[in-house]
Amino acid sequence: MDRKTKNILNLLTVAVLGVLLWLAKGHLDGYKIQILNLIAINIILALSLNLIYGFTGMFSLGHAGFMAIGAYVCSILIMTPGQKEMLFILDAPYPWVQAAQAPFFVAVLLGGLIAAAAGIAVGIPLLRLGDDYLGIATLGFAEIVRVFANNLPRLTNGALGFKGIPDYANIWWNFGWCLLTLYFVMRIVNSNFGNTLKAIRDDETAATAMGINVFKYKLISFAMGAFFAGVGGALLGSLLTTIDPKMFLFILTFNILMIVVTGGLGSITGSVLAGIGITILLEWLRFVENPISIGNFYIAGVPGMRMVVFSLALLFIILFRREGLMGTREITWEGLAARIGKRGNSK
Amino acid sequence: MKPETILETQALTMRFGGLTAVGNFSAAITRGSIVGLIGPNGAGKTTCFNMITGFYTPTQGKVIFQGREITGKKPYLVCKSGIARTFQNIRLFKNETVLENVMIGCHLRQKTTWWHALFSLPASLREEKAIKEKSLDLLEVVGLRDLAGEKSTSLPYGAQRRLEIARALATDPAFLLLDEPAAGMNPNETRDLMAFIRQIRDRFRLTILLIEHDMKVVMGICEHIWVLDYGETIAEGSPDQIKADPKVIEAYLGEEAVQSA
Ligand SMILES: Nc1ncnc2c1ncn2[C@@H]1O[C@H](COP(=O)(O)OP(=O)(O)OP(=O)(O)O)[C@@H](O)[C@H]1O
Ligand SMILES: [Mg+2]
Repeated sequence: MDRKTKNILNLLTVAVLGVLLWLAKGHLDGYKIQILNLIAINIILALSLNLIYGFTGMFSLGHAGFMAIGAYVCSILIMTPGQKEMLFILDAPYPWVQAAQAPFFVAVLLGGLIAAAAGIAVGIPLLRLGDDYLGIATLGFAEIVRVFANNLPRLTNGALGFKGIPDYANIWWNFGWCLLTLYFVMRIVNSNFGNTLKAIRDDETAATAMGINVFKYKLISFAMGAFFAGVGGALLGSLLTTIDPKMFLFILTFNILMIVVTGGLGSITGSVLAGIGITILLEWLRFVENPISIGNFYIAGVPGMRMVVFSLALLFIILFRREGLMGTREITWEGLAARIGKRGNSK
Repeated sequence: MKPETILETQALTMRFGGLTAVGNFSAAITRGSIVGLIGPNGAGKTTCFNMITGFYTPTQGKVIFQGREITGKKPYLVCKSGIARTFQNIRLFKNETVLENVMIGCHLRQKTTWWHALFSLPASLREEKAIKEKSLDLLEVVGLRDLAGEKSTSLPYGAQRRLEIARALATDPAFLLLDEPAAGMNPNETRDLMAFIRQIRDRFRLTILLIEHDMKVVMGICEHIWVLDYGETIAEGSPDQIKADPKVIEAYLGEEAVQSA
């Protein structure tokens, strides 16, 4: 299949998605639309973590930190000066925080860029560490971001966080950014640069022997992942309209990690499918936290129950299907064409 | 024309704690030659490779390549300067295809970079296409073109060794280090390998230094040989000189005596 055909098919898919979203917007209730929005954002976050962990092999648990940076930067830029005056009740905001303003697209972009800068700043000392240490150190980074958010009231309004953030992140923005992320990650992963990232993941020693500047490439991949995590965080802030330091606990990173592992480390289509599936499941499973009565039995609701279910599910995946849904495989147009062709022939 | 030295080591020494893995290894290798490094197990051969390619920083001594000192440079910079290597225990990129393994080798000389790829710039697409062609040509040379789409680790042993050589060639080296290229090969494959090593030397104008336990290979293709034993250079010379050297015979017989004991 040549490039042109594939491009046409890709454009068609985007068009179909557009129509479906337009229909959804007209017919679905607010709750379901919210789930659609979360799907788009979770796919962005999963792709960004997959780039770091699945494709480059860097076990990073700092995603919540990058998301927090993206969310705070974007929120500060899109809230009106009047809103900020009302909001910062603990302490007056820094003058530049008070004055900062940008259109939504620029605000999200800057959220991503500043997250990427943070990625570079922590990456330079941390990416020389081995796997397990990197995991622990990035976890520490995310926690440090939270502590800063809590203790810089003139920048973040401290523990109170922001409320009434303009809800610009509608279905079009979210899915637009989602497609953009998908496009860029695909371009990277399918290029020869992407091959070198996979080489680093598979065998760092052999990669250096092949002339690859392992540290530099890890840093680039890490910064790109941090960028999209920042974008995801920015969108999430505007979607939920409130953010505070408690929102960016480790559980947030854990959810994304679960999507990536379920979809398959090193599979883009895996992240997309698992992003859809797990977002829906997470919502649907809320019922296990409600009181249930089956016949005469009455089970009291247990808050946090769905996370227990999910942790167990993750454990099962790790024990019995390490490679996740897709492994490192992808669903491609060629693959689909071959499958349809086979079915046609067998008739 | 006067033979020109492409790589020179001056009293290279590597100590691990109290153990001198290699002591005072000095060698001058002529451009365009195929030369060998032999010695019993644990003699320090791979350690020499690791010092030349930057994986170990020598405790003492110098490595001079094409007139420039490269001692202690990072491995990727050594590779960039024109030295490529293979590994004793094959190290392919296991999740990647045969073709991708070679393309990764090509990356070193690639001019367009990650942000070109990010925005699908035409220059990047063109160059990646050229890299694919070049990689397929290299696979043709090592006889693996038909297997380009296979997972690298699904290949039989001998083919994996040849793929590792193709991957090293993809970095456009002037100097190639092969660590036991015949290990695990059957006699037929070994015979082909000898012809193959000469062929790539001529075709890519390489200088080749190889470590090998199979004496037929070493004596068959090497013009000059260094012999290590417990890190000391106990002999050097042409294959005939080495075969007749009493110290070499003793080192090897000694090893056999130990093994049969
Ligand atoms: N990184 C290291 N740390 C400590 N000791 C090492 C290290 N690398 C090698 N050695 C020791 O140095 C000595 C030489 O090892 P080397 O691998 O160079 O031998 P070799 O000649 O390649 O042997 P073989 O034929 O078995 O491959 C051995 O005693 C080995 O244990
Ligand atoms: Mg060895």
